[in-house]
Amino acid sequence: MASATQSAPHPAAGSTTAGGAAQPRSATFRIWRGNDNQGGYVDFTTEVQEGMVVLDAVHHIQATQAPDLAVRWNCKAGKCGSCSAEINGMPKLMCMTRLNSLDLTQPVTIEPMRTFPHVKDLVTDVSWNYRTKERIAPFQPKAPEADGTWRESQSDVDRPQEFRKCIECFLCQDVCHVLREHHMHDQFVGPRFLIHIAQLEMNPLDEGDRLKELKDDFNIGYCNITKCCTKVCPEGIHITDNGIIPLKERVVDRFYDPLGGLWRGRKKK
Amino acid sequence: MPGYTTHECDVLVVGAGGAGLRAAIEASAAGAKVAVVTKSLLGKAHTVMAEGGMAAAMGNVDDRDNWRVHFADTMRGGQYLNNWRMAELHAKEAPARVKELESWGAIFDRTQDGRILQRNFGGHRYPRLAHVGDRTGLEMIRTLQDHGIHQGIDFHMETTLLTLLVSGGRCVGGFGYERERGRYLLFLAKAVVLATGGIGRAFQITSNSWEYTGDGQSLAYHAGAALRDCEFVQFHPTGMVWPPSVRGILVTEGVRGEGGVLRNNQGKRFMFDDVPENYRSSTADNPEEGWRYTQGDKNARRPPELLTRDHVARCIRREVQAGRGSPHGGVFLDIAWIKEKLPNSVEHIKKKLPSMYHQFKQLADLDITQTPMEVGPTTHYFMGGIQVDGDTQMTSVEGLFAAGECAAGLHGANRLGGNSLSDLLVFGKRAGEHAAGFSRDRAAVGAAAVQDQIDAAIRRAEAPFERGTSGENPFALQHELQEMMQKWVGIVRTQSEMEQALAKLQELRRKAERVGVGGNREYNNGWHTALDLDSLLTVSELVARAGAERTESRGGHFRDDFPAKDEAWGKVNLEIRRGPDGAPQLRKVPVVAMPADLQQAIEENK
Repeated sequence: MASATQSAPHPAAGSTTAGGAAQPRSATFRIWRGNDNQGGYVDFTTEVQEGMVVLDAVHHIQATQAPDLAVRWNCKAGKCGSCSAEINGMPKLMCMTRLNSLDLTQPVTIEPMRTFPHVKDLVTDVSWNYRTKERIAPFQPKAPEADGTWRESQSDVDRPQEFRKCIECFLCQDVCHVLREHHMHDQFVGPRFLIHIAQLEMNPLDEGDRLKELKDDFNIGYCNITKCCTKVCPEGIHITDNGIIPLKERVVDRFYDPLGGLWRGRKKK
Repeated sequence: MPGYTTHECDVLVVGAGGAGLRAAIEASAAGAKVAVVTKSLLGKAHTVMAEGGMAAAMGNVDDRDNWRVHFADTMRGGQYLNNWRMAELHAKEAPARVKELESWGAIFDRTQDGRILQRNFGGHRYPRLAHVGDRTGLEMIRTLQDHGIHQGIDFHMETTLLTLLVSGGRCVGGFGYERERGRYLLFLAKAVVLATGGIGRAFQITSNSWEYTGDGQSLAYHAGAALRDCEFVQFHPTGMVWPPSVRGILVTEGVRGEGGVLRNNQGKRFMFDDVPENYRSSTADNPEEGWRYTQGDKNARRPPELLTRDHVARCIRREVQAGRGSPHGGVFLDIAWIKEKLPNSVEHIKKKLPSMYHQFKQLADLDITQTPMEVGPTTHYFMGGIQVDGDTQMTSVEGLFAAGECAAGLHGANRLGGNSLSDLLVFGKRAGEHAAGFSRDRAAVGAAAVQDQIDAAIRRAEAPFERGTSGENPFALQHELQEMMQKWVGIVRTQSEMEQALAKLQELRRKAERVGVGGNREYNNGWHTALDLDSLLTVSELVARAGAERTESRGGHFRDDFPAKDEAWGKVNLEIRRGPDGAPQLRKVPVVAMPADLQQAIEENK
């Protein structure tokens, strides 16, 4: 029984002794510090222990060396999506990035998400995401059955349930080229809200119709399916394959298919 | 002195977890102008971490279930110190609140016949928890958020209240700051709803996130409101224990609901050894029957792993103390064993417990479909809190309401898993409705009436900057408090340790008066931590004072020096208020007699 819980040695050599006991050592974290995009990297060296995640190191630095270091976090369990950052250039949740997945012989770079306006240190202004969601028509349920409830099979709700796993960490928005490189925040809603629309459109109870807005206001056509969003999703949601592509197909069927007119007015689901 | 901006509204809601959002939606629907302040971003509150589900006697899986059984289960779990009116309303109204959530877009897991699926949980007689895998809290908060943003509610994200404002004995608003730029904000309101959650951050090992520093309880206490049941803190039996950096993170009770078993280092299922008398007739006496129960056999009784949380947590502690624990100081929680029963167990576990699979894989390099987890108790929930009227959720201060974890009464001495999410909805709605009603007949109070309170709040908030970095380090102080509370006011308590804790709290209070921070008010976590210290110290003192007073063991309150239940203590709740000298004043309040019909519901479900 006891042996069952001893994990395999970690990839970061030297982080465990043969007996599995923690062997403290130090590592350097190169943290971007500053206000409103003015600033630069500051190196902090701190002790690291077995099992630590990046957020632990940031907290330790904050508690002992830089109390005014700004970092946004909540649950520290990968469930709330608050502590998004770019770690060695990769968009990740700080709370779910184990130190043993990083090369600690080099400084670990931690910087804020670059697609959103900067506030301070690792904190960005993500309010655009909240404003964007308000533009999307909410859930509109069909009339319930006689007993006031709905019947749905599990297989019918599996699809929208996948998209509802989203924790709104906005890492997909951070890597989306349309937003990151082309700054088209006013024309494009980004992958987070495309799958938000997908979960509404694919909910068997919903009677809303958001296809025209998808085409004209949210410009789903700007997505060229590079799948960067899917790669960084900490929840493993198949954003592109299961969400965006089927939505694109619906838009094409409705607005560009010469036979589409025949189907108009019919139930969309 | 720094300036501030003023916001006026009918109802100010403090907190945007399940209770706060539900209250805001209801108040707004009643026509009130509503403002919500939330310490974090929208959708990040602790509700998001709830895993197992929300309890509601819908009877979708077992049609023998009804509100009377749910009521009796809740009262028994709470050791009859509950506010029975709240337990009654909760049991009656929870099904409608769950269905309402579905009508706002929540997508629950389904039964074979297409209805909302319900699962087994500790202390609930029948499968009762509506759920979505093990991420029910996320489903709930996102549904409320996505519905709420279209209701014309004014949301102030990353905003923390420093004080409530009281004028003429009535709560007329609050004063606080927003984190991003550190600006001060005044909220003038005709009614205020506190929905700030728990106090878990007062302890070292906790499942709670940074926000849970007892703000609502402390704000209400300083505003003169009565609190109750502060000795009752729930230590959830199964938190992660390894690696050290994740110690305390919750492992859902759903693991046991799906057939997971607890074993010590000798491989023994120790929970069969100690079944409390009042649960004996409803508990399985062999592993086979327990397994059948988790798989929906209506004739089987529940396995002892699904006894109430207080009891399971103490049994785990006992195994560890007796040297029968796991290598890192917990016990083993094994769901992988079900491969003996189910050919597709790996896929089954991943489908039923996706977040747990993910959490252990990523944070502990452990595959729960193959290997037992190591788990141990973690501070999880505060049964005590602000005293409220069961119907309206109004506190003892006029115009001040409270709902959810920061309010007290529904759960008595111990909360059943699954009763929290439904609590948020049932009493969030009631608080919103009655706060809106209260605001309708009231005139707004101008800032002038509370100017001295505003000035005092700003002075207190600015003080850490004046002391600068030569002052006490706020993070170090918070850690010191957490370690002390864990050691002396934790899962097993004694008189002498709690008295030491109270003395130590005085010392920490003096240190907190010397806390200092550098930099400025813009997103300064050191400053935020310094400001949260007052709430943490306040609630810690209330827990220790009430704990030292109750000389018996009951529910979440276990005393090594008084290990048995005391019948006399079973008839009183402890109420606490701030006395004229600023120190807490305790009062024993007799439990109100229950109406005959409710008494009968308890008898018929014994």
